[in-house]
Amino acid sequence: MRIASAKESYATDEALFDSAVQRAWFAVLLLALALFPFTVNQYWAYLACLAAINVISATGLNILTGYTGLVSLGQAAFMGVGAYTVAVLEARLGTPFLLNLLLGGCMAAAVGMVFGIPSLRVKGLYLAISTIAASFILHFVFANWTSVTKGVSGINVPPARLFGIDLDTPFKLYWVIVPLAVLMLLGAANLFRTRVGRAFIAVRDRDISAEVLGIPLLRTKLTSFALSSFYAGVAGGLWAYFFRVVTPESFPLLMSIFFLAAIIVGGMGTILGGILGAVFMTLVPELLKLGVGVVSPFWPEAAVVLSPVRTVVFGALIVGFLVFEPQGLTEMWRRTRRFFHLWPFKT
Amino acid sequence: MAGDGTPILEVDALTLAFGGVRALSGVTFPVARGSITSVIGPNGAGKTSLFNSISGFYRPQGSVRFEGQSIERLAPPKRAKLGLARTFQNIALFRGMTVLDNIKLGRHAHMRTGVLDALFYLGRARREEMELRRDVEERIIDFLEIDHIRKAPVGSLPYGLQKRVELARALAMRPKVLMLDEPVAGMNREETEDMARFILDVREEWGVTVLMVEHDMGMVMDISDHVVVLNFGQVIAQGLPRDVQADPQVAAAYLGSGNVDDLRAKLGADARKVA
Repeated sequence: MRIASAKESYATDEALFDSAVQRAWFAVLLLALALFPFTVNQYWAYLACLAAINVISATGLNILTGYTGLVSLGQAAFMGVGAYTVAVLEARLGTPFLLNLLLGGCMAAAVGMVFGIPSLRVKGLYLAISTIAASFILHFVFANWTSVTKGVSGINVPPARLFGIDLDTPFKLYWVIVPLAVLMLLGAANLFRTRVGRAFIAVRDRDISAEVLGIPLLRTKLTSFALSSFYAGVAGGLWAYFFRVVTPESFPLLMSIFFLAAIIVGGMGTILGGILGAVFMTLVPELLKLGVGVVSPFWPEAAVVLSPVRTVVFGALIVGFLVFEPQGLTEMWRRTRRFFHLWPFKT
Repeated sequence: MAGDGTPILEVDALTLAFGGVRALSGVTFPVARGSITSVIGPNGAGKTSLFNSISGFYRPQGSVRFEGQSIERLAPPKRAKLGLARTFQNIALFRGMTVLDNIKLGRHAHMRTGVLDALFYLGRARREEMELRRDVEERIIDFLEIDHIRKAPVGSLPYGLQKRVELARALAMRPKVLMLDEPVAGMNREETEDMARFILDVREEWGVTVLMVEHDMGMVMDISDHVVVLNFGQVIAQGLPRDVQADPQVAAAYLGSGNVDDLRAKLGADARKVA
């Protein structure tokens, strides 16, 4: 049982990890992330990279939708902007890898801000529809601005190079993608300890009283769009280096819905929600596939019979979350923690 | 203590119409620096419309001058930054956030941390947040006696405490004029007395001018320096509490008759209840 956590200064009370136990667990987590690729095969390294990319993008969407309350279905399209920016820079100009990622993020942020302008007037479903429009417009641009995007055939991206090493396998890319994801998550967590993040939440909860407190609505909403799209852009850039080809079909509307589902399943308006949701949505289909693999030696037709069932199970899991745990995986995690904090007393 | 010198806030010939309905017509009154000025009037008299006009949600005709400067063209956030803070009749706190975060939000306009500072939480962001935390803890939370709930989500608190947190948030805005929309509505006598004490202390210790709308006549008459009576969007009387109480027009507005003794009896009873 945890008795109390006494603090001696305001700084320790405001810290991201406010107890020694939390800091220790965080260190353990970092160590586990560092050792992970050495213990698994390429396939799991591939999945880990994909999950980390999705975590970055889902966290971006969480800043916008979960924290600022602006529902967006344009996240995949903004990832596309980042991916194309990186692809063009890498293939045409050969500028350094990390600079490309940064520029990809900035380009996506600029585009995201433009498509965020309607948010001053429309909210909720209406805003969602207007961001779908963004998604179609950007798809049209990707497909038809052939002089830059090479149209439907897409752009092949050379592997990322860092310190003279070609990062051409998931195992090597892991060392860039995962640390970057950790840094961007810490950034997002920091954001909500400051006035910038508080203003986002204020706009979500009560925009009229936010104005009376001196929070300019348009500026705050556009900042949120820019940040969210920046995260999407960096995720898209990493995606481009990861799959090494970018086409207009790489970032469909369905992918935006995937991210929205991820933050709902994970828990809207929490940093942990973006992580858990994206990992869940990325890995569960794979785990179900693995389950089918385990059964198949005993039941030869398993693959044939269970493959369609897998999709249904995945869908049912999402519906189940919405019904039984609307606060998402984060709430389950909190309840578990509370149980151990209070143990052996009953919660 | 009536204020001295030029008024800090001057409302001049304010007229506001919704379609054919005139919510305010030619409302004019001064708010003296350092005073407690109350606006009273029957329901629908235009008190909240007046507040919304002063804080910038409505665009009325006429002028509002704050420290001699015309502010009627400024958007609400700009007015907030000048030092015009307010609370709402129906509490407008952020229910999901903690008390501490709600109060911190009040300081938003006076801080400069940008997005980049915030992401890294170094330098300016850390310094500003620490200063803010210290100031909120030592000047506001301590002052309003809400230490025990600082980390509670606002939605879980009883009504009286929520009102107090809203006052705390308004104080965090470093206000020069604090506008309180029915600060004691729905409170029991003990909570009302606490709130009256806090309002007086805010004026004494912080030198803040208070402009409030309130129905609790006992409190209004006890703590106000200047009372403005609105009826059907017009100022029908203003002056010292005792002069307003004696005004036959005020009596008529409240009681439907010109009999001053009826009103005096009613107000006297209210005042005794509070005292």
